[in-house]
Amino acid sequence: MRSDAASAAAASLLEVRNLRKFFPIQKGFARRVVGHVRAVDDVSFVIREGETLGLVGESGCGKTTTARCILRAMVPSDGQILFRTREGRVVDLAPLSRKDLRPLRPQIQMIFQDPFGSLNPRMTVFDNIGEPLLVNGLRDRRARMARVEELVGLVGLRPEYMHRFPHAFSGGQRQRIGIARALATQPRLVVADEPVSALDVSVQAQVLNLLLELQGRLHLTYLFVAHDLSVVKHISDRVAVMYVGQLVETAAAGAIFTRPRHPYTAALMRAVPVPDPRLPSGDVALRGEVANPASPPPGCYFHPRCPFAVERCRAEPPALREVAPGHLVRCHLAEELTLPGIGADDGGELGAPAPGLSASTGPTGIRA
Amino acid sequence: MTDRAPAPVREDARLLSVRNLKAHFFLDEGVVRAVDGVSFDVFPGQVVGIVGESGCGKSVTVKAILQIVEQPGRIVAGEILFRRRSWGAEGDAGGEAVVDLARLPPRGPEMRAIRGAEIALIPQEPMAAFSPVHTVGDQVIEAIRVHQHHWRPEGPPVSRGEARQMTVDLFRDVGISMPEQRVDAYSWQLSGGLRQRAMIAMALSCRPRLLIADEPTTAIDVTTQAQVLNLLRELQRKHRTAIIFITHDLGVIAQIAHYVVVMYLGRVMEQGPVDAIFHAPKHPYTRALLRSIPSVRSAPRARLPIISGSIPHPFNRPPGCPFHPRCQDALPDKCARRVPGLVAVGEQQAVSCFLHHDVEDRA
Repeated sequence: MRSDAASAAAASLLEVRNLRKFFPIQKGFARRVVGHVRAVDDVSFVIREGETLGLVGESGCGKTTTARCILRAMVPSDGQILFRTREGRVVDLAPLSRKDLRPLRPQIQMIFQDPFGSLNPRMTVFDNIGEPLLVNGLRDRRARMARVEELVGLVGLRPEYMHRFPHAFSGGQRQRIGIARALATQPRLVVADEPVSALDVSVQAQVLNLLLELQGRLHLTYLFVAHDLSVVKHISDRVAVMYVGQLVETAAAGAIFTRPRHPYTAALMRAVPVPDPRLPSGDVALRGEVANPASPPPGCYFHPRCPFAVERCRAEPPALREVAPGHLVRCHLAEELTLPGIGADDGGELGAPAPGLSASTGPTGIRA
Repeated sequence: MTDRAPAPVREDARLLSVRNLKAHFFLDEGVVRAVDGVSFDVFPGQVVGIVGESGCGKSVTVKAILQIVEQPGRIVAGEILFRRRSWGAEGDAGGEAVVDLARLPPRGPEMRAIRGAEIALIPQEPMAAFSPVHTVGDQVIEAIRVHQHHWRPEGPPVSRGEARQMTVDLFRDVGISMPEQRVDAYSWQLSGGLRQRAMIAMALSCRPRLLIADEPTTAIDVTTQAQVLNLLRELQRKHRTAIIFITHDLGVIAQIAHYVVVMYLGRVMEQGPVDAIFHAPKHPYTRALLRSIPSVRSAPRARLPIISGSIPHPFNRPPGCPFHPRCQDALPDKCARRVPGLVAVGEQQAVSCFLHHDVEDRA
């Protein structure tokens, strides 16, 4: 991790170091603390300026908690969140008070999952998008109007619609309004938590295209949290995979999809059903269920489900380490394993015979 | 996985035949034509996937089959012909009879004997479908005892103890570990995957001939989804149960269905064998839908082809073909005025689009 951080230090916009967020489990009348849910357990990563980092994992893996800690909607239990401000200062967001956070808030904004719940139904589109501007001191209604009009145009909505209420819009249009609101304060980092998962298939593509287009035009940096691997692959430059509160693998999108190094990442990819009946996929690659983050197993958290687990995995927790330039893995066996990915990216090293077929014959196994 | 059972032979023994079904909702603001002329067939042992976006009427279609369309909605036209087992007066369990479910009173004894026993439902959200104050085992035992003649048409009624043993066996069949303990668990004590398995066990408890799965994997994670799909596939192969599988996920459809029905705004746009739908789609909607989904196999960060506009509000249904305002190939004078009928264009493929035929739907 350190070496990755050092090499990218110059261009990094956000660096998360050893982030932890534990929720206490209370019991009985006295609300005695009997344990902790380790929602985020030692997560470190870097987001470079202008790139998209896709954060994937199954429900309960801590991806949303990580995003909320970065937004400081939650107070992290431990760790650092180093953010490079517009002025070039590096600030640790983790220990800041609400008052100290205020001037930084405009620079980090969020796009929400649910376009129906995230807009105030009693406020017009203009008021919804203008609210962050008002809060940040743009009192002049006419100036605000001009800025909102510009934002509405930016996300592809007609300015005439500005004075309507959210209920008059479809899910995709509402998500555009939510995006306009997030962009109102000219943020540098946009945290998007499942921004397309509530949308219909035919509308998802429109919103993904919009996000890509805005990124190019406004030089935005995205932290894109999602569970859908195809969406993440489509939008991300780099991908980070989480499992039970830990980061298990992070690498460039092309590299992680063609050659995953962690057995969990590979299993996740094999489980995705491909929309082509000629490519059998959607494999049952894992037995059992996700570990309980309140009492994770000893050693590697993934070992009870891992087909390659050896004695060492049961006893010794693996560290996140660099196995190839920019490719970090939390697995003792990362070097020994050859895991199938899902190819056909621009590298194109996996050719005509459907890569899904090689995947379904199972991982090649350990060459120890 | 996915060695799907070979597509069943098209013997003329349709298990279910939906003919021009219409289910409308009568609201104060107007009539919502949620299902507006849907036809398709299901054969024994076949997995029929119904795919469509929100508001396309896929859920209302299967609710109509089970006669559980909520007020103020009701079936206004069409037939739902179901080949049911007939239980003769003397208890001979041999024959079959075709009934029109749309004509049966929803709360009558015949419909109640079919619902749950011959046609079972796996709902989308197993958390909401199970009662939280009864153990999951008790709920399955209840289903078995209510429909016990399917287990034993003759002879004494199934006792509680027997039903419990059957439940344990069912739980084992659907891959629930430690079934003896899990029958006494409450639904909220189970994980999402186990809960969905328990729901499948309950749906299978009366050995239905037709299983309706309404987005059974939407609420669960991708690795668990793979397990559930595999389980359904295995059960379908073993018992030759026909399955109607509803989803908006084209990946899931491609991997599980034999035959696909594509719906949009209450109408069938296209239907055909899974390979034809994915490799030779005829309807502009099917084609656009397939192009617009990002795939794990497609190039990263490329612009996706899109379908312009959005799904119209149910009160603003466009006249003519429901898809024409978003269709790139719409014929200006025709598509906006006339409704295309669903017409066969291949051996088993049918499409409702004027680009392929000139037949108007007059129903």
